[in-house]
Amino acid sequence: MRNLTIIRSLAWLALWGGGMALLSGCGQPNGSGTAAGGALRSRAAEKVYVAPGEKDEFYAFMSGGFSGQVSVHGLPSGRLFKIIPVFSVDAEKGYGFNEETKAMLNTSHGFIPWDDSHHPELSQTNGETDGRWLFINANNTPRIARIDLSTFETVEIVEIPNSGGNHSSPFTTENTEYVVAGTRFGVPYPQQDVPISSYAEKFKGMLTYVKVDPETGHMDIAFQILLPAFDYDLAHSGKGKSHGWTFFTSYNTEQKYSLLEVAASQRDKDFIAAVNWKKAEEYLAQGKYHEVPARYAVNRYSDETHMATSTIKEKVKVLIPEECPGLVYFLPTPKSPHGVDVDPTGEYIIGNGKLSADLTVHSFTKMMQAIQNESFETVIEGIPVLKYEDVVAGVVKEAGLGPLHTEFDDRGYGYTSFFISSEVVKWKVGTWEVVDRAPTFYSIGHLMIPGGDTRKPQGKYLVALNKITKDRYLPTGPELCHAAQLYDISGDKMELLLDFPTLGEPHYAQGISADRIIPRQKKFFKLEENAHPYSAKGEKETRVERKGDEVHVYMTTIRSHFAPDNIEGIKVGDKVYFHVTNLEQDWDVPHGFAIMGANNAELLVMPGQTETLLWEPKAEGVYPFYCTDFCSALHQEMQGYVRVSPRNADVALKWWLGEEEPVQ
Amino acid sequence: MKRLPQVLMLLAALLLVSLFVWPMWRITLVAPQYPSGVTMYIYINKIGGEHESTLQNINILNHYVGMKPIEPEAIPELRYFPWVVWSMIALGLLAAALNRRWAFFAWASLMLVLAAAGIYDFYLWEYDYGHNLSPNAPIKIPGASYQPPLIGTKAILNFVATSMPHISGYLVGIAILLAWVAWWLKGKIEADEKVVDRAVQPDLRMQSIA
Repeated sequence: MRNLTIIRSLAWLALWGGGMALLSGCGQPNGSGTAAGGALRSRAAEKVYVAPGEKDEFYAFMSGGFSGQVSVHGLPSGRLFKIIPVFSVDAEKGYGFNEETKAMLNTSHGFIPWDDSHHPELSQTNGETDGRWLFINANNTPRIARIDLSTFETVEIVEIPNSGGNHSSPFTTENTEYVVAGTRFGVPYPQQDVPISSYAEKFKGMLTYVKVDPETGHMDIAFQILLPAFDYDLAHSGKGKSHGWTFFTSYNTEQKYSLLEVAASQRDKDFIAAVNWKKAEEYLAQGKYHEVPARYAVNRYSDETHMATSTIKEKVKVLIPEECPGLVYFLPTPKSPHGVDVDPTGEYIIGNGKLSADLTVHSFTKMMQAIQNESFETVIEGIPVLKYEDVVAGVVKEAGLGPLHTEFDDRGYGYTSFFISSEVVKWKVGTWEVVDRAPTFYSIGHLMIPGGDTRKPQGKYLVALNKITKDRYLPTGPELCHAAQLYDISGDKMELLLDFPTLGEPHYAQGISADRIIPRQKKFFKLEENAHPYSAKGEKETRVERKGDEVHVYMTTIRSHFAPDNIEGIKVGDKVYFHVTNLEQDWDVPHGFAIMGANNAELLVMPGQTETLLWEPKAEGVYPFYCTDFCSALHQEMQGYVRVSPRNADVALKWWLGEEEPVQ
Repeated sequence: MKRLPQVLMLLAALLLVSLFVWPMWRITLVAPQYPSGVTMYIYINKIGGEHESTLQNINILNHYVGMKPIEPEAIPELRYFPWVVWSMIALGLLAAALNRRWAFFAWASLMLVLAAAGIYDFYLWEYDYGHNLSPNAPIKIPGASYQPPLIGTKAILNFVATSMPHISGYLVGIAILLAWVAWWLKGKIEADEKVVDRAVQPDLRMQSIA
């Protein structure tokens, strides 16, 4: 019986797929996706050519997906500038390996070296990207990270308790008042040992609001909202007239817990949850919350101490919709909606029903009217379900198959990705008519227009973020790269300009014009502001101190030597901490540090920074260390030795630099 | 018009205060790796750069070829030149107060001598830094020296060095010029007064005869 259902669904998909191919056949100008004629090709090449020494117009921040990181590219060239380590350790930068950053990856479960990062989201002021911070969610062990765009470093990670699969996150409000975190997987509330079959009664779905300090950017959980254990899939906050609301899609309103691919796809409609967070603030102020135990980590990195600290918090404030009327409403939306996107005016809320061919567009004005009229279909756990006919503004009909996400330009068009039919479809906001379509290679997930989810899109380019590349690139064994595709959307027709591979799996991405980022750049850290407890701010402060089995080496780097570069008196079994301060005060002069046999990564120390490598020598001998980052004409000479003696040896602790006078 | 020389002399003396506000000289080094250049500023009492760390960065570059580090504490001129300047400001004010032609001449001449001596001293330091190289330099090029130009542009290894007066340097030049103009004007006015005297005297004689 179950098999029959699957076959029927597949047949349905196949039929739709065939139909769509017919519908869209003539709309696909070149099936192979290579720009057709020579003239077309050279025009596309011209548009993405950034001459040597010139700079790209936009930054693109792409999620690394299962790499756990963020990659930074330029547009229109697609060139990769940097990989920012966020949720996964990065041996290249020592992130999660050096003593300073280990705390960034601490959680209530202890140190976690990996996660799955999905949705980068730029901070906004008045609904426009402001270039201050980039937020991104960790899906597996729920967390939100904040990256400082003056240093391009992860500076904060907040864990989300009572959650599992932090997918509908972080999606900021229009002045970065909050970033949100909705759980994709229902989990027992509170977390406990219960039969999985008790899902409907014991499991819950929590939506979390994380407050962002407008000055420091510091994050902490403001409140959580307890909802039925649906799968909250994606979100976007309202803007303009709908500022003060957040919209979360849901699927599995069937509340199934096994073979979801079929079981959670039965209902004709699931819900978009509309949350009035300004109302939530009122209820909080009135004290209508439950303070419940919940362990979560708040990890912060300081650019003064160059060190992260992890604090475990024990409580959160939970709001329950039954006790807080007007806090949450459900908007029925067809076929397991995936992305929910709000147009630049804030009026239209687009539900991308991933198992259908249509886009459902709700009207914020109509929603407010329906709420005022109390025209409810039913009420679920205190949450009124509005009537579909009351809130729907229009439907983009049979636009493609498997709509996932929509972004907007500044000329009144929406652009929707269709996973199954593998294309981007452009449609007119208001008339809902399809005006153009372009194939993607292959199976597009998210798409991105710089500012395309804000009040002020910069609609010159569109980036398709594809899940599958198959034959598009030189083959690299069983695992192939994921890829982005760049389209020019400035004209009536979308024009494919460029393919380029991406890091890990790109989910969402954000784009911003470079002039909003460049003026914020920090070139180096001022040495006199270095407040690291183990820094040495000049060669005169370098020394080696023993405390029992612990040895602390206060070391400095400057072109082109370490101070000290010879150390004796280390013993097998010691824990040797190399605290390396980079004395350079110029842009682009990092020094590296690595020592033979260390069960550890390297250090990559930025000018003015102090980083610490732990080395536990296991056998006697003399071990070389060296600078790993080509720093100058005398980089190869930037090396030294540590002598390791037996545990019971009486070799005195001494250190020096240069043969003339040992520092002592 | 009659007071102009005195005003100019006063202005010349006061212009020297600019030495304590702006640099008098600048040296800019440009190389492929330093597209926007590294600029060092020389003040009457300190050596600075466009950033606090400029001097450190120049010293790091210089050490490859064995040049000794530029350490402002080790340059005594930076300590006593300010006193010379304050003295010249005082003398300038005195000259203005005296409002005598010989005083303007003396001050302007002394300034010329001091400026020439200062520039010569600067040249000697440049010569010392450029020629007095460590025998242990990592990079040794036989016969090479690294003295920056006194004024103008010169290629030094991978760098192009440009040395030019800067704001207060130009202002001191203007101060000296003003003092000379004051001296010249003063002379012209005095000469005119004598002519007027002579023209007036016959009348007086005629009156006395009458």
